[in-house]
Amino acid sequence: MSALSAPAPGRARRTRAVVAGLWLIALVIFVLFPLVITDSTATTIAVYTVIFMAATTAWNIFSGYSGYLALGHAVFFGSGGYAVALAARDWHFKGGWDVFGLLPFAGVVAALIAVPVGLVALRVRRHTFVVVTIAIFFIFQLAALNLGFTGGTSGINFPIATFPPATYNNPFYYIALAILVISVLMSWSVRRSRFGLQLLAVRDDEDRALGLGVKTRRVKLIAFVLSAFPVGMLGGLYFYFLGQVYPQFAYDPLFDISLALMGFIGGIGTLVGPLLGALVLETLQQYFTQSVSGTGTYLIVYGVLFLAVILLLPRGVVPSLAMLWQRRRVRAATRAAESREPARRGDMAGVAR
Amino acid sequence: MSATALLQAIVDGVLTGGVYALMAAGLTLIFGVMDIINIAQGAMVVLGAYLSYELETKAGIPLLPGLLITIPAMFVLGMAIEFCFMRRVRETERAAMSILVTFAVAIIIEGVLSKAFGVDYVQLHASYVDKSIYLLGFYLPWIYVIAFVLAAVLLVALYALLYRTRFGRAVRASLQNRTAADLIGVNVDRTRMIAVGIGVAITAVGGFAFGATNAFNPNSGYDLISRLLAIVILGGMGSIGGAMAAAVFMLVINDVVAVAWSPTWAPLVFFAALVLVLSVRPQGLFGRSGVRAQ
Repeated sequence: MSALSAPAPGRARRTRAVVAGLWLIALVIFVLFPLVITDSTATTIAVYTVIFMAATTAWNIFSGYSGYLALGHAVFFGSGGYAVALAARDWHFKGGWDVFGLLPFAGVVAALIAVPVGLVALRVRRHTFVVVTIAIFFIFQLAALNLGFTGGTSGINFPIATFPPATYNNPFYYIALAILVISVLMSWSVRRSRFGLQLLAVRDDEDRALGLGVKTRRVKLIAFVLSAFPVGMLGGLYFYFLGQVYPQFAYDPLFDISLALMGFIGGIGTLVGPLLGALVLETLQQYFTQSVSGTGTYLIVYGVLFLAVILLLPRGVVPSLAMLWQRRRVRAATRAAESREPARRGDMAGVAR
Repeated sequence: MSATALLQAIVDGVLTGGVYALMAAGLTLIFGVMDIINIAQGAMVVLGAYLSYELETKAGIPLLPGLLITIPAMFVLGMAIEFCFMRRVRETERAAMSILVTFAVAIIIEGVLSKAFGVDYVQLHASYVDKSIYLLGFYLPWIYVIAFVLAAVLLVALYALLYRTRFGRAVRASLQNRTAADLIGVNVDRTRMIAVGIGVAITAVGGFAFGATNAFNPNSGYDLISRLLAIVILGGMGSIGGAMAAAVFMLVINDVVAVAWSPTWAPLVFFAALVLVLSVRPQGLFGRSGVRAQ
């Protein structure tokens, strides 16, 4: 067992190099994708998929690490969309690359909204928190429907994007990819920091974390605001891609639940899980909407698949596979040890070692 | 706005509040015994409404006698869902997992309903759906009165079952402490299964009342579940009395705002009231502090 619990420094460095290499290869594949596959249906699906990968990663920074299931991130997504639409209209943007410059603004708007929302919602624990986020979500949806400046049910149009038709999707794709990289870096640095450890402590036992001196409310609120920022930017990008933003779509309950589904299927609290979950599910969903007619079939397939994953791999695909892998390595190591010193099996020295 | 209009709004709020109280009681019962938030409750109400609709239009069985078929059907469905899915979720991670499992059930129900009935809105019809009676200066639609009386009778029956019978004591015991209930000889698994069955069976009546007072399609469950959750949380999770009081309180506010201000803002006040109350009393109006804090 000692070989597993404290790997040799050379081996650890090698593993780290392999992991870094895999991330780099994945990034290169994503960068090259629209240059190799130029079919516009495929690149449209790719834009949506990358947006959802980034959104699920951002959602995971709060919900995955703190264990609080937030079902109201559409508030930040929709508000980001409205922020960009209103700013582009009122400040007379031409439409084109200039609108992308508003995305950080959308992120800031979402983060500012997350402060009061978080202050209210984080007063309560677990179950109640979920319902409060849903309630706040509905408040935003109803407000967008009824307030004057949001344009009511018809919504607001974006300026028409002036990109060449052949590669129209590419600017959206690369901006989405940039936000994805930012989100992954955020998630990675949170996970490795002292702050991330405090979040995990909240997830494992909030009362004990509080007793040990973690300022739980502040930690939760900061994570909540951090996770809202990229989602706001993504909302601005998403609705610019669609060309307009209106309440039913901006504040969509299915968006809330999609993030949770993608996170859980991949494995929440991990870095790769949300990416993988969103990659598989969003591609599947887009494929279904573009090819299979009738939403009924799609819903049934989606629901059954989801039930199967939760009941068979309750921790999500990535952690469950990691556990299987770990178990295999342990078994292989034990077997190797046994074959090396068959005569000394049961020897006390061997056990202690 | 006249005083009569205001009074009428309050009376309407109390009547619809009774129906919501019944649906919320089922939700809070399931939460109480299982520690599971049943997101599928809204979809189940819509399923119950479609069952009534199907019996009426295809088999020619009127709405009220039809309940004798839909209630047992929903009871069996509830027990089946508990057996197949809810009890498979591990005890330690109930909070998040239960929401996802029951959400998946809701998605499947919605999918089956949209395959079977399409997405067009339908409404339940009967002679008493459109008529009103004039009582003490108010016009009361018959259907609201019937639904209210039905809800009241069932709530009293539910109360009697929980607080006056041996089975009810077993339910409350498994609600308070699973291990202790096991030790004194309560069959916790069976008790839970029946309790969830009852909680779901109630949605058949909810579906009848909801379907007769609103046009519905397979999608209608979402709006309903968000309101029901708001009511259950406001009342304090697991407290049936609290759910009843919160339901009436919320629906009266809803209807008064609709009359006094505008119907489009009424639902917003509904959710704002929840957020407001929770920021003062995080455990809800009738919830015991710390019980569900975990």
